[in-house]
Amino acid sequence: MKQNDYILTCEQLYKSYQMGAMRLEVLKGINLNIAKGEFVAVKGASGSGKSTLMHILGALDKPDKGKVLFEGENIAAFSGRKINEFRNKKIGFVFQFYHLLDELTVLQNVLLAPMVQMGAIGWLLHSAKAKKTAAQLLGELGLAERAEHRPYQLSGGERQRAAIARALINEPDVILADEPTGNLDSKTGNDILKVFEKLHNAGQTIVMVTHDDRIAEKASRIIRLADGKINPPVV
Amino acid sequence: MYDIILPLKLFKTSRLTILAVAAVAVCVFVVIVVMTVMNGLVTDFIDMNHEFFSDCIISTDSLVGFGHYDEFENILRSSDFVESVTPVINTFGLVKSNSSGKNAALSLMGIELESHAKTTDFAKSLYYRKDKPSLAFSPSYNPQLPGCVLGIDLLVERDQWGKYLQSAYLPRWSYGITCFPLTPKGTLVKTGTSVSANTGTFYYSDNSNSGLARVDSAYVYLPFEKLQSLAGMDIGAKRTSAIFIKFKKGADLNKSVEKTAALWKDFVARNSNSEVSGLFKNVNVQDFRSYRRETIAPMEKEQTMMALLFLLVGVITVFIIFVIFYMIIGGKNRDIGILKSVGVSQLGIMRVFLRYAVLTGLVGAAIGIAAALVFLDNINGLENWLYVKFGFQMWNREIYAIGAIPDRPGIALPIEVAASAVIACLLGALLPTIKAARQNCVDTLRVNQI
Repeated sequence: MKQNDYILTCEQLYKSYQMGAMRLEVLKGINLNIAKGEFVAVKGASGSGKSTLMHILGALDKPDKGKVLFEGENIAAFSGRKINEFRNKKIGFVFQFYHLLDELTVLQNVLLAPMVQMGAIGWLLHSAKAKKTAAQLLGELGLAERAEHRPYQLSGGERQRAAIARALINEPDVILADEPTGNLDSKTGNDILKVFEKLHNAGQTIVMVTHDDRIAEKASRIIRLADGKINPPVV
Repeated sequence: MYDIILPLKLFKTSRLTILAVAAVAVCVFVVIVVMTVMNGLVTDFIDMNHEFFSDCIISTDSLVGFGHYDEFENILRSSDFVESVTPVINTFGLVKSNSSGKNAALSLMGIELESHAKTTDFAKSLYYRKDKPSLAFSPSYNPQLPGCVLGIDLLVERDQWGKYLQSAYLPRWSYGITCFPLTPKGTLVKTGTSVSANTGTFYYSDNSNSGLARVDSAYVYLPFEKLQSLAGMDIGAKRTSAIFIKFKKGADLNKSVEKTAALWKDFVARNSNSEVSGLFKNVNVQDFRSYRRETIAPMEKEQTMMALLFLLVGVITVFIIFVIFYMIIGGKNRDIGILKSVGVSQLGIMRVFLRYAVLTGLVGAAIGIAAALVFLDNINGLENWLYVKFGFQMWNREIYAIGAIPDRPGIALPIEVAASAVIACLLGALLPTIKAARQNCVDTLRVNQI
């Protein structure tokens, strides 16, 4: 595969945290290539650096050393504005604890990214399309009736589906999901997994952090993180 | 659009907002009420003094007075910048009510009704003769009797709402008024070896409500010539205590006072050989503010002090808002992380919380202003109710020198205070907002995952 075929590439990623007097090395030279349309499951024990890797891939965090290339471009070289655009348009995040804004309705939560993208005037002029897309997404995820509800009125599974809708609304190139089923019962978790499978089948690139083998098996590739390294190393 | 929707939603849903709004509203309420009362007090007091004492006063502190006043009045009347002039005698006397037998030492003011009514707003202060001030010294039950006008607080009671309980018909009350006459040399007039005193009987013909509490509770007005005679100011050269001058409309007050002072200087020089020329030494030409500086200046200083003290209220508001926003934003760490994960910039985060602060300031200010307007509208009634019900007088008329508590804030003050409240909220929210914007979004999103 050529370098240009990879949507995300990590080169020699290092990341450590200061924990009191101790320095905790979380990532110790990660090399990783993710191709367009791939469904990658990142597995590992608790504290192995899965979430840290995902945050760095999504430009929510910075590595101490090494670089992340998005479509060949080093995201460390992005300006603040470009980083925000990258998070807004290229990446869709799905978190274990849904992370919906309690003050907003489900529909408003889903529309958050287009609102950020368009600005106030742009929103007044061009919001119709975004609203239509949001309604369509909510419909596909079985939340059409819940659009005007607030997050606390929804079940865990519904909240996660709303979070997926929010991640998908701007048609991002990559979905980064951090243990999206970790907080759900097994039936609801399966439902959510089906949503991801469907997205993958439609060509969506997905990087999913999980420690659940059953879920990881659905991915097209499994990467195992142990002791801050990919095991076995990706060649 | 998120930065418009989110501040509104935060405002509606956060319980701490109620605290912030309440803090702003209380501060705005206090500032508007106190500044209205203080500003109104000073402005009303200055206006009432202006109305009562005219534009310019030529006066002496000596009870002996000064002579040749009528000649100088004629000079003034022929000047192009003078509208009208009137002589005034200020002295003291013993006033005894013939019906109750009570007596008191009061200020006596001798005035020429027609010219006084043209020069000052005295006519407006009358009750029975408001429309015919020239008859103010003619009791309606017998116009031939010598009349006197009493300050309203000397004899008219108020109801619980502070309104004077004027009698529909003029009561037939008489007063014995005694003065010790002074010669032009300032000595008491003697009959043989004993000091002579002049007494006259005057009938209550009207009352005057100037709005100046110290005037209305201590002044008795008498016909000019009668008081001149009682005070001995008609012995030798006729004398007066003061000349009140009203300048023509549009005339510059300071320049007109300067012109008057120049005319007076020339006049004194021309009359330097007069037998009463020595009395000119004590005469001053002043505008009404300078004439009443002993009472106006402390109030203006109090007003300045009050404005400075309210700067502290502003600082306290900023601190309260800072603490409340620190708490609010501290509870929104996760939300800040979510916003950043969908691409909201640091400025975007700041816009959300600063707009929230502006909204808090605006709503708090609106509530504070509304409460202050309602309170001010009822402040005089409330104060009188407290007095009637509990005998507690919050606003002592003796101290504060005017009849009613000022209750009109105008338009500028609420706008200025509202703007200050919004700025205070912005300043108070600024530090927590900057902290929020600079927060590492990974840390905020991880809070619940540890």
